[in-house]
Amino acid sequence: MDFDLAAESPKLTQLLIGVVAFLAVVGLVLLLLDRAPMRQKARLHAAILLAPAVVLLAIGLVVPAVRTTLLSFMSGDGSGFVGLDNYVWMFTQLEAVTVLRNTLIWLVLMPVLVTAIGLVYAVIVDRSRFESLAKTLVFLPMAISFVGAGIIWKFVYAYRPEGADQIGLLNQIVVWFGGEPRQWLLDPPLNTLFLIVVMVWIQAGFATVVLSAAIKGIPSDIVEAARLDGAGPAQMFFRVTLPSIRPAVIVVLVTQSIGTLKLFDIVRTMTGGQFDTSVIANEMYNQAFRYGETGKGAALAVFLFVLVTPIVAYQIRTRRALR
Amino acid sequence: MTSVRASLSSRTASLVAVLIALLWTTPTFGLLLSSFRPEDQIKTTGWWTFFSAPALTLENYQEVLFGTSSSSGQLASFLINSVVITVPSVLFPLAFAAFAAYALAWLPFRGRDWIYIGIFALQVVPLQMALVPLLSFFSEGVEVFGLQVLPAWNLEGTGRFVQVWCAHTCFALPLGIFLLHNFMAELPGELMEAARVDGATHGMIFRRIVLPLVAPALATFAIFQFLWVWNDLLVGLIFAGGTAESSPMTVRLAQMAGTRGNEWQRLTAGAFVSVIIPLVVFLSMQRYFVRGLLTGSVKG
Repeated sequence: MDFDLAAESPKLTQLLIGVVAFLAVVGLVLLLLDRAPMRQKARLHAAILLAPAVVLLAIGLVVPAVRTTLLSFMSGDGSGFVGLDNYVWMFTQLEAVTVLRNTLIWLVLMPVLVTAIGLVYAVIVDRSRFESLAKTLVFLPMAISFVGAGIIWKFVYAYRPEGADQIGLLNQIVVWFGGEPRQWLLDPPLNTLFLIVVMVWIQAGFATVVLSAAIKGIPSDIVEAARLDGAGPAQMFFRVTLPSIRPAVIVVLVTQSIGTLKLFDIVRTMTGGQFDTSVIANEMYNQAFRYGETGKGAALAVFLFVLVTPIVAYQIRTRRALR
Repeated sequence: MTSVRASLSSRTASLVAVLIALLWTTPTFGLLLSSFRPEDQIKTTGWWTFFSAPALTLENYQEVLFGTSSSSGQLASFLINSVVITVPSVLFPLAFAAFAAYALAWLPFRGRDWIYIGIFALQVVPLQMALVPLLSFFSEGVEVFGLQVLPAWNLEGTGRFVQVWCAHTCFALPLGIFLLHNFMAELPGELMEAARVDGATHGMIFRRIVLPLVAPALATFAIFQFLWVWNDLLVGLIFAGGTAESSPMTVRLAQMAGTRGNEWQRLTAGAFVSVIIPLVVFLSMQRYFVRGLLTGSVKG
């Protein structure tokens, strides 16, 4: 039980190197900037300032995106050209189709559930006495890693055979109501739903905060006028609140859809993608980094890109409209 | 009449609010309480039985943090890795994004709009698309038509941290530049014009005028990036090599959940160790974080 601190010192040296490198680069950029006389064209100054970001973006995103697209038309080891084979695999093989089906389930349920829960909660806590505390408590899971959340919920779903004391809260509740304990994460297609619950738990606070801010932004004279006209709570919600916060609802739906498509950690931590729970991002990792099927992994990544693009484009448009 | 009904409904609302908040907090609370329970009790009884037979221990933390056997967590080591990964992975994108955002917002040069739109559009590229080629960039260098332009990096051991920093920095830049640009573009132009007339260089303007004014935006982006890097699994898994030498805590936890899924005494304590630092940062910086969210900016 001895922890050897000395063995950790190379890491701290590495950290020191990183921080020194950081200071050196920043110092260099600022030095060059001060040396370049102001009479020079703005282009030179801009080049100095943009260089680090542009170089890194080219190395880290632009070139890789192009190469991945090319890889998706190659065989597993990246040696031969196979045309559309990887894409055909994606849409025809049972394992791959299951992955696409699961992603679709996630994509439909997650954003809708998060938005609905966030909206209901935002309306309920609005101007209640414990508003800030209640919001903070629901918001807290946002800070927890998906891996941490995965473990928290694995514990909630934990299973002990019938008759034994349950250690998972969910099975205990089932037993209290006279039911039989179940292995929640083993039976498709329900297990995907239990995974979705985890992400909803994490993200609902985000939706609450954004929607709650939007609700507070509704001009009070509109609310007052509707009240004078005798609008009940339900009418108030559907005729006044909901139309007024439409842009915020869209922002939540869109960001959640993007996050859902790239979801990886929860599935990997909780089921490892077994029992028919895999999703695109998880399967991409498996194919490319575990089975050495770079081509198939690349095809899945490209497909992810194709799915994300229209959502992001839509988000850009709505953001422009908000400004 | 109306006031009675209003106070009644607000009381019901408060009650429902508290109930939902409790429901939301229970899973985390159960984990926290379990992590302090003795091993045999965690494995045989539910955490709620604690209230009838309380027993607490720090042994789980002791073992998961400092245990040296291969089955224990060795989490202290991975915790240090997470810190070593996070600090530069926040600093670099913060500085580079601020530089780029300043140039794009305040320097008039040809093609400025195109570069801005290009960087903005890069948010579309999912991380997954960049992983394989970026990894081979580190392991094989750059080869153009059979000609080795850049050598392989061959990073081993703690050198792997450099890979992780690079990856996180690259992936953070589009959102960072976008956020900071929006903020910088709204600064009053007269300030900078006046400084320029007085003979200030862009370096001086950037340091003395722009940076202090955009400090809140920098803080927002720093918190986002901190939470993102600290909680990340995918980048750590691929670029850090999976060993106690360079992998972040999330990688180790995911391993433990996979191979030792029933060792609840380790998993609960380990999960809580990984959760506590972001929770503290999050609670203390919540104001900034919420403001950041409300500019509609979320990393997908």
